Parts: sequence; C-alpha cells; structure tokens
Amino acid sequence: MKSIEVARLTEESELKTFIHGLLERSPAQQTEVMVSEWDSALTRFANNGIHQNVAERDVSVRVRVVKNGKTGVAAINQMTESAAADVLSRAVAIADLQPKGDVVPMPGPAKSRPVDAWSDATASVTPEERADFVEAICAKARRAGLKAFGAYSTGAEQLAIANSLGVFHHQLSTKASVNSVVMGESGSGYADRSAIDVRELDKDDLADEVIDKAQRNQNAQPIEPGVYEVVLEEYAVAEMLEFMSFTGFSALAAQEERSFMRLGERITGESVNIWDDGLDPSGVPTSFDFEGVPKQKVQLITKGVASGLVYDMETAQRAGRQSTGHGLPAPNTEGPFAVNLFMAPGGTPKADLISDIKRGIWVTRFWYVRVVHPKTSIITGMTREGTFLIENGRITRPVKDLRFTQSILGALDGTLAISRSTKLQISEYLGASRVPAVRLKAFTFTS
Amino acid sequence: MKDLAEAALNAAQVKGASYADVRLDERVQQDVTVKNGQLAAVSDDASEGLGVRVLVDGAWGFAGSARLSTSEVQEVVDRAIRIARASARARSAPVDLGPPVTSRGHYRTPVERDPFTVPLTEKVELLLRADQAMASVKGVTIREGSMEFIKQKKIFASTEGAYTEQELFESGAGIEATATSPDEVQNRSYPNSFGRHQGAGGYEYISALQLDRHGQRIGEEAVKLLSAPQCPSGVKTLILDASQVALQVHESCGHPTELDRVFGMEAAYAGTSFMTPEKLNHLRYGSPKVTITADALTPAGLGTFGWDDEGVPAQRSFLIQDGLFVGYLTSRETASVLGQQSNGTMRADGWNRIPLIRMTNVSLQPGDSTLEQMIAETKDGVYMETNRSWSIDDKRLNFQFGTQLAYEILNGKRGRMLKNATYAGITPEFWNSCDAVAGKSEWQVWGLANCGKGQPPQVAHVAHGAAPTRFQNVKVGILK
Repeated sequence: MKSIEVARLTEESELKTFIHGLLERSPAQQTEVMVSEWDSALTRFANNGIHQNVAERDVSVRVRVVKNGKTGVAAINQMTESAAADVLSRAVAIADLQPKGDVVPMPGPAKSRPVDAWSDATASVTPEERADFVEAICAKARRAGLKAFGAYSTGAEQLAIANSLGVFHHQLSTKASVNSVVMGESGSGYADRSAIDVRELDKDDLADEVIDKAQRNQNAQPIEPGVYEVVLEEYAVAEMLEFMSFTGFSALAAQEERSFMRLGERITGESVNIWDDGLDPSGVPTSFDFEGVPKQKVQLITKGVASGLVYDMETAQRAGRQSTGHGLPAPNTEGPFAVNLFMAPGGTPKADLISDIKRGIWVTRFWYVRVVHPKTSIITGMTREGTFLIENGRITRPVKDLRFTQSILGALDGTLAISRSTKLQISEYLGASRVPAVRLKAFTFTS
Repeated sequence: MKDLAEAALNAAQVKGASYADVRLDERVQQDVTVKNGQLAAVSDDASEGLGVRVLVDGAWGFAGSARLSTSEVQEVVDRAIRIARASARARSAPVDLGPPVTSRGHYRTPVERDPFTVPLTEKVELLLRADQAMASVKGVTIREGSMEFIKQKKIFASTEGAYTEQELFESGAGIEATATSPDEVQNRSYPNSFGRHQGAGGYEYISALQLDRHGQRIGEEAVKLLSAPQCPSGVKTLILDASQVALQVHESCGHPTELDRVFGMEAAYAGTSFMTPEKLNHLRYGSPKVTITADALTPAGLGTFGWDDEGVPAQRSFLIQDGLFVGYLTSRETASVLGQQSNGTMRADGWNRIPLIRMTNVSLQPGDSTLEQMIAETKDGVYMETNRSWSIDDKRLNFQFGTQLAYEILNGKRGRMLKNATYAGITPEFWNSCDAVAGKSEWQVWGLANCGKGQPPQVAHVAHGAAPTRFQNVKVGILK
C-alpha cells in the first residue's frame, strides 16, 4: 500500500471488505457497488493574495441492483454498516416499485491492465506548500506591476467497482492543477498546468508564461470580424476535442442519429488523428470504466476519416458488440463518454506555426463554448486572455476578444500544420486530453 | 446535530479563530427519467456532512467532511484553522465582515404535497403518458421526460450567535421531443429546456405543469422544424418568450451584478464584470422599461429561503431601477468594502463548499404590454422561444443565444416557423433597446438548476421572473 499519510483515504482491504459485505447481503439477482472516495484541497487567489482556501473529504457509495428484470440505483456518502444497509434497501425498494423495463447488462470479470496514476508527493501537499506556491506566482506578478488570480488544487482519490458476477477493480489516483490569469491595466493573460505528480508543476515556468502573455496583451484594439487563418494554442484545441467528445464520439449519439461522425468518411483534414486511450501514461490513465469494464484504446479519427466510436454496456448490447470501457456511473441516460483523448502531434515547432501566415489570429483559449448545431459540429464561444493579430509571419499586436461561430469539422478540415509538442489538459470535471497546437486555414469570427 | 455545531464553534474559538461558522447539511435527491417509452433511470441519492469556515489573522480557511463524529469535527476544525493560517501567509487586506449577524429561527419551504411521499408509480405514469403523447407524432425519434426532487435540511451556526434551521424542498420536471434527419437535429421541450423546470415546492408544482397535455404539441413542432426555413440574418425587432428572457436576465444582469466577480474573486474562472463600482447609480443599463430585482422572498423561486449561508435574512433589493444600475448582489465581506451591508445572497452547493454570491430570484419586473400587442406592433421581426444555446464573454457584455423555435413577424402578424434562430448583442445596448415588457398575467418565475461558478465548481439553483419582452434593432440569425 502506498503512503496516504496526508490525504486520508480508507485502506483498500477495508474498502474491499465493505463492498463484499454489501454484495453478499443483497437480495437482488445482480448487484453492482461503486465506491469513490476523495480528499482534496484548493487554494484560490485574486488580486495577488489568497482569498479562498478549502479542503474536503467525502465518499460516494453507489449501488445498482437488478431484481426480477427491474433496476434500482441509490447512493449515500457514508461507509458504515448502517449506511450500507440503507443504500441497499433503497435501491431494492426502487427496483420493486417500478415496471419491468430494459436492463443494462453488468459485465463479467475481466483483467484490467494496472496503470500508475498515483503520486505520494501530490497526496501529501500541505496548506503551507500550496500557499507558498501561490505566493511565488503573486510575487512575480507584483514585481511586474500586474495582478495574479487563479487556483491551485491537489487531491487524492480512489475508485472501486465490483459486482455480483465477480468483477472487482480498484484504482488510486492523484491530481494537481494550477491555473492563473494575470491582469494589467488593460489586458490579461492565461496559463495552466496539470499533472499526476505535483513535482511536475513548475511555478516559475507557469508564472513566466502567464506574465509574458499578460504583458503582450495590453491595450488590445478591436479587429474586424470575419474569416481568418488561425493558430489555436493547446488550451483551445483541448476544449474543441471535449466538445467533439460531448456531441459526436459516443455510440449513443450515433445510434440516435445526433452525431457528426460519419464512419468511413473523411470528415477532417488528413493530418488529423484523434483517439481515446485510458491506458496511456502520458494522459491521466485509468484502467477501467464506471461499469467495471477494462479500458480499450479506440481510434476515433484516423487520417481525417471517422473511424470509431466509444461504447458502454448498453450501446454495445444494442450494436451486438463489446463495450470499449467508456461507461459512466449508473443510472446513465447520457451514453458512453470518451474521457482520455489524444490528438497526434505534427512536425512543426509551436513557434513556427505562424511563420507562413500573412494575416491571421492567434488564439490562447476559448471561453463559454456552447453547441449551436450538433450534427454539423457548429459551436460558438469567445476568445479570452490572449488574442493576437499575426501579420507576415509574426505576432504584431493584441486584439480585442472575438466571438466565433464555427464548425469544428470545418475548421479541422483546413488543418495546415500541427505542433511537434503536446500538452496535457486535465478537464475540470472528468478525464483529460493531450493535444498539440494547430494552424487552421479558416476560422469564422462573428463579432 | 446542534451539539456538533456547538463543538465545532467552541473548538474554532479555542484554536484562535476570530470568527467561525458551521453548516450541517443533509440532502436527499430523487431523479426519475423515462426515455422512449421505458423507465430509463431512477436514482435516490443521500448526502450529509459538515463544513467549518474560520477567520484567522484576517484570512479564510474552510474544511468539510462527510463523517459526523465528535472526533472528526475536531479534525475538520484543526484543518480549517491550519488552512486559514496558511492563507494568512499570502493574503491581501484582512477580511472585514461588517456588523455581526445574529439571526435565529426556523424556515420551511411551503409544501402542499411532500414529493418524497408520492409513490414512484405515480411519477412514472405521468412521464409515460407524456411520452405516449410525443410518440403519437410520426417523425419524433427520441423522447425523454424527467423529474427531480430535493429535500435539504440545513443548520447554520456562527460564533456571533446566529443559529438557523431550514428545511428546503424543490420539485422539477420536463419533457423533450427530438426529430432528426440526415443533416439536422431539432428539439422541442416543455416547459423549459435543459431537462426540466424546477421550483421551490412540493409535488403540486409537478401536477400544475400538465406534462401530458404538451407532449403532442412539442412533438409536432420538433418534426416541423426539420423542414422549416432557416432564420434569416439581419437587424430586426426581436420578441423573446418569458423563458428566454429569464436566461437573458441570468447571464447579462444576474452574473455581472455579483460583487465578488466585480472585485476579481472569480477572475480566473467565471470572469469579471463590466458593471464596476464607479458605474453604480450612473450606468444607464437599460431603457426605462427595465427594472430588475433580486428577491429571495418570491413564492416558489429556487432562490427563495429563510436565511442565506451567512445567516443573513432573505430580502428584496433593486439591481436595475427604471433602467438605472442601482445595486449589486452582495456578501458580508464584499458589501463592507462598499460600506454596505449584505443583501443575503451567499449560498453554498452543499456542506463541502463555501458559500459564494449567487443569484436568488433575479427578476425583470412586469410591464404593461402583452405578447399579442407586441407582435401586432411589429413590422419586421422575429419571435424566439425556449433556449437552445447560450454564450457570453467573461465580462458579460458580448452574448449570443440560440432558441429551439422561432417565427417570423411581418406587418403585425406571426408568420412562418423558422429554425436555427440565434441573436447576438452587447448587454447595455440590448437592454436599452427594450421597448415593451408584457404584464403580470404573462409573468412567470423560471427555475434554473444549472448555474455554475467557483473553484472547486459549484452548481446553484436560482430563479428568474420574466414575461415576454421586445427589443429593437437586434442582430438575428447568425449561424456562421
């Protein structure tokens, strides 16, 4: 057992005993138990000082029972004998009270490949260390005559899933993330970093990037909206991929004819390769999904051609195939979800992406992105904290943030270059993406 | 529970907190979903725990735990104190909470029928009836209906002597019909979009929605939208239905008047605000038709309660009065910076989160027009109904919304159905172009149960009273 000295998580053996006790006492034909437990902290700063600083310790025990062809789900945030009895009886009562319906099958036992997603260093970060990390960023901003804002979080968690067919999977993981906006009198910059191991977060590197961006982004002037060639930094690319996952990569979206994925057809430029791989250690690896199915790598877009979808138990059953290990916790009406996304790097150094651009826009990040038209992958949103005009191969001046309304597939169809380097972007809610920066031929800014 | 609260406050004071408060929350939530004629999901979630917030050396610390034992309370307090001391190493000005708050009492949401006593079969049968109504329309490819019920017991106690107990109920429901073609996905939902319409109340709130009477209509509209013409682009008169006005108020008035955003406390996440303090009592935010209030006393509103999560009593205040920007949503800490007292808007998304400034029931006050009158007075315009997409910049100025349904208006008459309608604008320009608001008979409180803010993320349940409203010279129909 690895050290969990500061992050207080229940020992795996105790967790296993609790789960097996619950499975044994269940009167249902099939029972599934999912336990997630976390101990996390977050230090938030604004105007060069800490203004919010929080920590929490919580657990979720989720029970799904199938009894006489009927399903019931209940959850509780306690891990005691009485809580186990309570959550089980509520799940059974729900099953008993409802009409017979379709049952989402539970998987049988299958070996999952272990992954290393744990760092003792992350699990043992103290409030004082978080404060000092934040102060280092604020001090640099202060010296530059700027103000720093942001959040620095560290946390440890464990996830266990078991069912009465013999499945038992368990995984420990940690995560450390820091994001910062630095503001001057008339403009701001943004940077973030995430890692499993907190020692990979370099506060000076982060501070230098965000301060440099803020200094270059002062006194931005408006620019006429229209169609521009663009360079999207990794922050923006990761958000675009998240929206592709949300609207198109799920088998349910395809089965319900809501997806933009037209399998076998070319839907983006040929240099675009996107896949989901929960086992790749350069992402945020996870060996199994929330239904207890081992993770499989799924090629989603290969050389621009729509090549695959992610499945959970329900959509796999409907399609007569195996789940790819992309199920969400029960009860789930949203379908499977690709949460370990990768986009293949290209051969261009990031700094050279602009070298052949006569007139274009450099976008640091997107903000408030929403789907306008799912089937044509049209999204809208704003640029934020670092939008620059590119002229004759170099950045010439900052421009005011712009609204875009653009088809993602349309944008990627015009992929002209992809950076050699990639960056890990851990999602705020679930999963992560490892993506490059890209140069795109045409991107529509509407205001 | 009261003993645990007292133990936490005592421990915090002994360990050096100049102020401490504790919240004990117990929450149960039931969700029921019917999809394509089948009961797709029923879940019953329970959560309880406590959160302790302390001020030490002028800086905040907070810790929460799901374990409700005396020993755990001591550990939670120790953790909060240690975090506060760490905060003090890198704080700005010391926190000033202003005058003490000593509220005491009990509040319960008025409920005619406790939703947790209503049999599951009754809920499922209603959703299935609505499902069948949608299924009667040829061309509807996906049908979904859902309900959500929440019961929350909250205790708040502080070292200033406040002690309040609240029992809050929410009930919500909605249905949605989807029609698809090789190129299009079109949805219609009732009564609102994004899953459901929700209010503070019991099952009577669900019964009043009459979900089963609207299934066929929204099914027919979803199918018809597939072959409807695209909303044309242009600068036109825009009339919004009440639910879309509610979201417009939420995004372009509710958020920018949150004083924590104004002071940069959300700058690295949700953003800041264009409504900075020097504009208070000076900015002509909207036309004289525009009066917007924050009112935590509004019946059935999701932002209705007895006290906020700092113990400040529920109250009503003006944000916009006859078009003039006159007030903020405030907390004790932020109000004191402006020499004001909190107007009671601090709410936390459960025991494990600190309270943040959240909208209560932020409402556009009714006017004196009617939807029919607005249409009759319009030569060239578009009527838009039920939100489909929404996006606004980090200062809350540049927005673009899309709606599920639209109709063209020509020479005072409602014309063809239009699809993929969007409109865009800049907040003060938009609200200054408002020339008519419908009256009380068309005014309704709309619950939004998906308002995100804060790090770690929190979701608030808020509400907005609104009626159909008209705006002039608006950019509509921007699809690309």
